[in-house]
Amino acid sequence: MGAHVNTTINGDAVEFVCAPDESLLDVLRNRIGLTGAKEGCGTGDCGACSVILDGRLVCSCLVLGAEMNGKKLETIEGMADGAKLHPLQQHFIDGAALQCGICTPGFLMAAQALLRKNPDPTEEEIRYGLAGNLCRCTGYDKIVRAVQAAAKEMRG
Amino acid sequence: MPLDQDLEIKKFKVIGTRVRRPDGVDKVTGRARYGADASAPGQLVALVLRSPHPHAIIKKIDISKAEKLLGVKAIITSADLPDLTGGDRGMLDILENCMARKKVLYDGHAVAAVAAIDATTARAALKLIKVDYQVLPHVTDVDEALKPTSPVIHDHIFTDGIEPKPTKASNFNKQAEYGHGDLDAGFAEADVIIEKSYKTEQTHQGYIEPHSCLASVSPDGAAEMWVCTQGHFVYRNQCAALLGLDANKLRVTASEIGGGFGGKTHIWTEPLALALSRKANRPVKLTMSREEVFRCTGPTSSTSIDVKIGAKKDGTITAAFAELRYHGGAFPANWAEFGAMTTWACYDIKNCKSLSKDAVVNRPKTAAYRAPSAPQSCFAVENTIDEVAKAIGMDPIELRIKNAAKEGTKSSYGPVYGPIGIGATLQAAKNHPHMKAPLAKDTGRGMACGFWFNFGGQTCVDLNVTPDGTVTVAVGTMDVGGSRASLALAAAEELGVPYEAVRVIVADTSSLGHNDMTDGSRGTFSSSMAAVFAARNAITVLRERAAKTWEIPVGDVEWVDGEAKAKGASRGNLAPLTLKDLAKGAGGTGGPIAGHSEIVADNAGVSFGTHICDAHVDKETGKTTITRYTVIQDAGKAMHPSYVEGQYQGGAAQGIGWALNEEYVYGTNGRLQNAAFLDYRIPVCSDLPMIDTQILEIPNPHHPYGVRGVGETPIVPPLAAVSIAVTNATGVRMHHIPMSPPRILKAIKSARM
Repeated sequence: MGAHVNTTINGDAVEFVCAPDESLLDVLRNRIGLTGAKEGCGTGDCGACSVILDGRLVCSCLVLGAEMNGKKLETIEGMADGAKLHPLQQHFIDGAALQCGICTPGFLMAAQALLRKNPDPTEEEIRYGLAGNLCRCTGYDKIVRAVQAAAKEMRG
Repeated sequence: MPLDQDLEIKKFKVIGTRVRRPDGVDKVTGRARYGADASAPGQLVALVLRSPHPHAIIKKIDISKAEKLLGVKAIITSADLPDLTGGDRGMLDILENCMARKKVLYDGHAVAAVAAIDATTARAALKLIKVDYQVLPHVTDVDEALKPTSPVIHDHIFTDGIEPKPTKASNFNKQAEYGHGDLDAGFAEADVIIEKSYKTEQTHQGYIEPHSCLASVSPDGAAEMWVCTQGHFVYRNQCAALLGLDANKLRVTASEIGGGFGGKTHIWTEPLALALSRKANRPVKLTMSREEVFRCTGPTSSTSIDVKIGAKKDGTITAAFAELRYHGGAFPANWAEFGAMTTWACYDIKNCKSLSKDAVVNRPKTAAYRAPSAPQSCFAVENTIDEVAKAIGMDPIELRIKNAAKEGTKSSYGPVYGPIGIGATLQAAKNHPHMKAPLAKDTGRGMACGFWFNFGGQTCVDLNVTPDGTVTVAVGTMDVGGSRASLALAAAEELGVPYEAVRVIVADTSSLGHNDMTDGSRGTFSSSMAAVFAARNAITVLRERAAKTWEIPVGDVEWVDGEAKAKGASRGNLAPLTLKDLAKGAGGTGGPIAGHSEIVADNAGVSFGTHICDAHVDKETGKTTITRYTVIQDAGKAMHPSYVEGQYQGGAAQGIGWALNEEYVYGTNGRLQNAAFLDYRIPVCSDLPMIDTQILEIPNPHHPYGVRGVGETPIVPPLAAVSIAVTNATGVRMHHIPMSPPRILKAIKSARM
């Protein structure tokens, strides 16, 4: 018996049916067609599937699709304002804060959640704010710098 | 047309600038499509059944119940993958690794695979497959595997490199020797001799994207595969050969790749997906779980290494010897030999030798991991060098500078070096502010230098000028982290057009000739060379078209800053023809304008780096914190400095993880106990400091711009640099990597006793 769910994703009303044991990540990727969230582990260790659920950063692999009724979800696909990239996205490109890019959507979600709570984080606060996301390419240096640059721009 | 590979010293217009990468927007918006992001109409989901035993005979596989489950469309075992290798043992090993045949050889070895209408059905089917195993004794440690008492894994392995060749099968698959001079004489000259043994544990490349492919085989034998890989041409060739497909009918498209570091140079599940698709006559998607990635793909060798170095009081190293024992997992490889070749490569030593012993063990088949085998040998050598320095009372960096290889040095593995950067990186380290910065309490500083060969290989590039005068470039060597930007820079530099006027893609296997995979730090080195040549060939065409337009000899046309210009005073009235003009008129002057290049890029140019590390050790808990880290490396020429820095920083971070935390933990039952990122802990953002970089540019004489590969060398020195820093912080020499807190506490405790 599938769960019938009405939810909001990136501002759009979305309706879907999913199996009771199906993760939000699988729903996004396999039913809604939003493949920006990635499965790196499926156990909440890598953060590649990070999304913002009712304002809270979560690993979508650890949330059930069936829990989504009446909730508001933000994914990487909704981060840019149309053709205008979010400052975090722009600084990731400008600062070469990605190499392979598989972890990038998760990092951007986590950085977005961090800057909403703390618009002026120290380097240490950024490092701990992003500690739930694994990157194997960059050594994090350019990611931290991109978040610092975006935060500065967003503060104006 | 043969083009000159040699360096031309010139002033660059766009090379060396920090442009935005062409795939950047797709990757920050979630649009970029990786291995698991593609789907096909009617696709099935495939899962693999894997052995729980490290070593066992497969007596029987019963798939009858699973086959009857509603929604199961195909099940394969090794019976569906007949041996078509024609006696090629290496190819048979690849096939046997993809699917066990008579025996399972490691925990996680595939024994059957299922394609079903969804994952739930496929999972249920796996549970219905009954495998009858006869469990055999196993061995997972390299030193144990080399003992005569060890269980023998393969009955066809008789040690290569030993005369006479043994007649008894063993796990010792290869011995090799490198070096020169007279060791006995060298050690006799020494005032000090240091002899030590070291161990390193097995680590995984740890790419964040699990392996994934989407395979579709039609009844007429035509097939397509979408896959995350470092080399789609190699995947094409191997899958076609193993499955009896014509290579021209298997079109492989490389997805964006979510990290590889050597782990995506081998085929693993791809032949299974193709065989399932052929059997089910439907597209099949096969994505590994993280647990599968750890249990059955990737890892590098665990090692055991002995080093002996003799030196005079003035710091001259008179003799050096190393014995290196590495394993290839369950299949024979030559990783110890690679380690032996790198052992003394940084130094100019009159008498040196390395002896390698390669073994097989009941662990997953090891794959290349970024400068494969070099970090381990570097760890052993550099620690011993550090001890020699302490024993003779010399600054370790001065000892290294004194013995550093230089242009003209005969390397320990054979070739005579051209211009190289080891001396320059050491000198830069010596002068670096990091070297002089004060150290906090319980903090030690270590430095180490490392080497990697680099590789060139086969590459194809097609450059096409579109009718509006913009340029497309197709390359077959996979972009694993930004090389598309470098190729666009190369094409723009040559053609004299803006970077933004060039768009680079990675083309599929039906669009270009064979390309080697992106390994050996060859991606940017070889494909930028091919891009330069393709652009120069296009310029020849452009000059011909201008000559035709003007009705003058082509020899009187030159290409300057993106335009054809007629040479000579008498032709001053001919207005230059731009790329746009020529593209627009192409239909009337001979058709589309293009340049092609198919090359073997030789002389990749060896690479050296020196790292400096500050490590704080909490002596109560054994926890190590890296407080400062500096990478200095020769790039030849940094085409895009940001991505060169990124390679330096990323390699250092991987090496720091290897040095401090990462390790495969096997139980006495031969099963991997930490096949998850929670228990196999790679560095996270809060574990690391900023990683400072210094790019040196000692041009490679055999690349038009002087480029050397940069990707692999950065992982070579960290194990050594971090361990020497820990040694200096604790006063205890660390002989075993990773230096996890329990291992550090144990070392401190033993030293006190």
